[in-house]
Amino acid sequence: MRLGVAALLMGALLAGCATNPPPKKAAPVRINEDPYPSTYHAYPGTLTVIRGATIYDGEGGQIDNGTIVLADGAIQALGGPETAVPAGAFEIDGHGKWVTPGVIDVHSHLGDYPSPGTSSLSDGNEATGPVRPEVWAEHSVWPQDPGFSRALANGGITTLQILPGSANLFGGRSVVLKNVPARTVQGMKFPGAPYGLKMACGENPKRVYGQKGGPQTRMGNIAVTRAAWLKAQSYKRKWDKYERDGGEMPERDLAMDTLKGVLDGKILVHNHCYRADEMAIMIDLSHEMGYKITAFHHAVEAYKIADLLAKEGICSAMWADWWGFKMEAYDGIKENIPFVDKAGACAIVHSDDPNGIQHLNQEAAKALADGRRAGYNITDASAWRWLAINPAKALGIADKTGSLKQGKEADVVLWNGNPLSSYTRPDKVWIDGAMMYDAENPRLRPVSDFELGQPGEGDVK
Amino acid sequence: MIRSALAALLVAAASPLAAQSVAIVGGTVALGDGSQPIEKGNVVIRNGKIVGAGYNFPVPADAEVINASGKWVTPGIVAGFSRLGLAEVDLSMHEEEGSGGSQETSGSADDSTSNGPFSAAIDVVPAINPLNSTIAVNRADGVTRAIVAPNPGRSIFAGQGAVIDLGADLDPVTARRRFQFVELGQAGAENAGGSRASAHVLFRNALREAAELQRFAVPISSGGRPDSGSEDIIRDPNESRLVGPNARRSEDVLLTRFDAAALVPVLQGRQYLLVHVERASDILQVIRLRREFPSLKIVIVGATEGWTVADKIAASGIPVIASAANDLPASFEMLAATWSNVGRMRNAGVKVSIGMIDDNDTRYLFNERQYAGNLVGLARVPGATGVSWGEALAMLTSGPAETIGLGNQIGSLKAGRRGDVVIWSGDPLEMTSNVDAVWIDGVRQPIESRQTKLRDRYRDLTPNTLPEAYRRN
Repeated sequence: MRLGVAALLMGALLAGCATNPPPKKAAPVRINEDPYPSTYHAYPGTLTVIRGATIYDGEGGQIDNGTIVLADGAIQALGGPETAVPAGAFEIDGHGKWVTPGVIDVHSHLGDYPSPGTSSLSDGNEATGPVRPEVWAEHSVWPQDPGFSRALANGGITTLQILPGSANLFGGRSVVLKNVPARTVQGMKFPGAPYGLKMACGENPKRVYGQKGGPQTRMGNIAVTRAAWLKAQSYKRKWDKYERDGGEMPERDLAMDTLKGVLDGKILVHNHCYRADEMAIMIDLSHEMGYKITAFHHAVEAYKIADLLAKEGICSAMWADWWGFKMEAYDGIKENIPFVDKAGACAIVHSDDPNGIQHLNQEAAKALADGRRAGYNITDASAWRWLAINPAKALGIADKTGSLKQGKEADVVLWNGNPLSSYTRPDKVWIDGAMMYDAENPRLRPVSDFELGQPGEGDVK
Repeated sequence: MIRSALAALLVAAASPLAAQSVAIVGGTVALGDGSQPIEKGNVVIRNGKIVGAGYNFPVPADAEVINASGKWVTPGIVAGFSRLGLAEVDLSMHEEEGSGGSQETSGSADDSTSNGPFSAAIDVVPAINPLNSTIAVNRADGVTRAIVAPNPGRSIFAGQGAVIDLGADLDPVTARRRFQFVELGQAGAENAGGSRASAHVLFRNALREAAELQRFAVPISSGGRPDSGSEDIIRDPNESRLVGPNARRSEDVLLTRFDAAALVPVLQGRQYLLVHVERASDILQVIRLRREFPSLKIVIVGATEGWTVADKIAASGIPVIASAANDLPASFEMLAATWSNVGRMRNAGVKVSIGMIDDNDTRYLFNERQYAGNLVGLARVPGATGVSWGEALAMLTSGPAETIGLGNQIGSLKAGRRGDVVIWSGDPLEMTSNVDAVWIDGVRQPIESRQTKLRDRYRDLTPNTLPEAYRRN
């Protein structure tokens, strides 16, 4: 993925600035695009082989009686019972069990709206102005949120994107995390994952700002959004010129840095939007202003414009059955996810919820069943794309994780049965080849600082 | 909605939707009483009631026979705690945008009264809209009855809740004023001015005021001829205390007369008292209340930390309605939250059933069966405590019905129960199974909704000769 590589190179020279320096001017100052770099490292793993399991590869493929080999943090081999296995491997009998890629949630607020939900820990919405692209979700993430451990142990979540809330038209930057506990948020940051920008349309911004200076209407939302992009274009022109020609460094603006990152194609747009008509307007707006929407989030009415979303190559991150909790969610239907998939658009199951993130597999199962009932017959393995390769694409990390392919990061879940059943739970979870959860071993279960010394410490949750 | 058999027969003759004799044959039948399912079972409904269910149960000659082979048949789900029918859309329903109103829900939601003068006197029934789309959507997923509680406004007392059916008619009430709902945990503390201590004093004072009013009240008239179609105010157990020459009160009162009167049946043990608490110490305080007021018919709602004091709850005999899916320390009163809570309380001998205590879940009662299935799956996780399949289904059916004293009417397929029956495509605790047919009081129900109509309108996006707005099935 080009975007992933671009993100890896954050902090290096900006495009063009070194190739043709103006002769009599000082070289332009280099802006550090990665000032809070990831310090995540993979934990030690052992050479591991799982034999006899049903494997969904996350891209639609299925292997019965499959074999998978994990070593050095990566997937070494995948195949049938005949797959060659290196000597000395730790062998796990997978008969009657399922193996899938780790589940990826593209929409979580763990850490920025953590448990316990006290106001002192409520750090997800910088609702002091509708245009706040300068805030970064990672600066709010509390790594001790007990929700991370539940997502791992109950949901098999190995990667998740933490987004700012949707009070603002521009909510700020997201951060992609490996679901591995750490003392700092930097210790959880997914190396090489590009940043995202959270945008929102519809009810939330106008509800929050309707009595606070606006916007008060949907047309107000759009006008304020367009004005911000015009400013960003102007900012980008100044910086492009400076990087090309040198001269006096333009004033830096943190908000505009983020929007310029989008216009440069380095930051991915994650747009909270419910209604079909509003998504269509945001698509035109993105064309007008010269950026790409990577994914609509919630997208409760995506089924009404699934053809448009397919044509534009925009993912939809959706719930299986949430509807009606507000007016713009009133037309939610249980077939939204399968109908988007059927149209050839990128469908993703997301949570936006510390409980839902614990059973995204079950949410996918409901959507799959409802889709089949409506005549869309796809395989179980194909539905697993909604939890694996599709969210990985939306996060710009599909070259690293999101499917079980040789050489990819070994983010893997072993389920104790069919993961599309109510009765199934994760048995073991590996992240970068390290076993981070084992249902059989109480020592392999993270307990956050917050829960130490509290009732139920270390309990199964 | 209790009808005489004669009335039911007359209605049956008059309306095609009405109750008839139905025999559902050859399915996997689960009675809802905690027992394991029966293969090749029959269920017979007549005159709106269950005649019986079981292997080879005789099929009447005149019954409409429905073949359920390969299907599962259960009693309808009884939503153990809900706000069903009170809100069409929860959030953001200003009648006029930007009008500056403080009530975000005006116009569509009747679940809580934060600006009215009354508390315990509130009766949720006038707020219930049986045509609410949340009812149709949950009915289509096999929910046939619901315990409906009002949300507390400014008092610890939310008011009186009802048991309703989800039938497609304008007659939803199964049991009116079935219970009083009170908050004695964190929410109670907030509504009592900031502390649990204050909430407990307010609670005791309220019962004292009720006791005083009871002394002065005229006797309740339980006789008189039922006058169907109208409601006799004097016969009402609450309002009867408001009249009569001696219905005096002392000067030293906090409650309105209506609110105090509404608590008399609670005090007398003639109306259930549902108490919402989560924290272990709060649960113990509620158990102590029962020693102080022995006639209270208490049900604990919530009890997220119940497993830590499960033996004491069991010894008290107080039943519990708990959320199945609740494992986060979402607040300081839920630090010990775990999925094993229900199973551990059950194993200690507590009578547990499942509800949805979290307001965010109130329109998703159809997911209770998924969460109950999760509790069954928990049994395979080392260190966790699950429940058996039969128990899990009972926690969704007969459990809540018995907890609220209606076990002889709803929640199982035993003879004489109301004819609330669901045919499922498969195991109902698998969320991938769906509903084939629903009966309520023996009446076959529609399982279409706005959602299915939207689905059918947009299932094919190929442009047609007319816009989508012209597509209707």
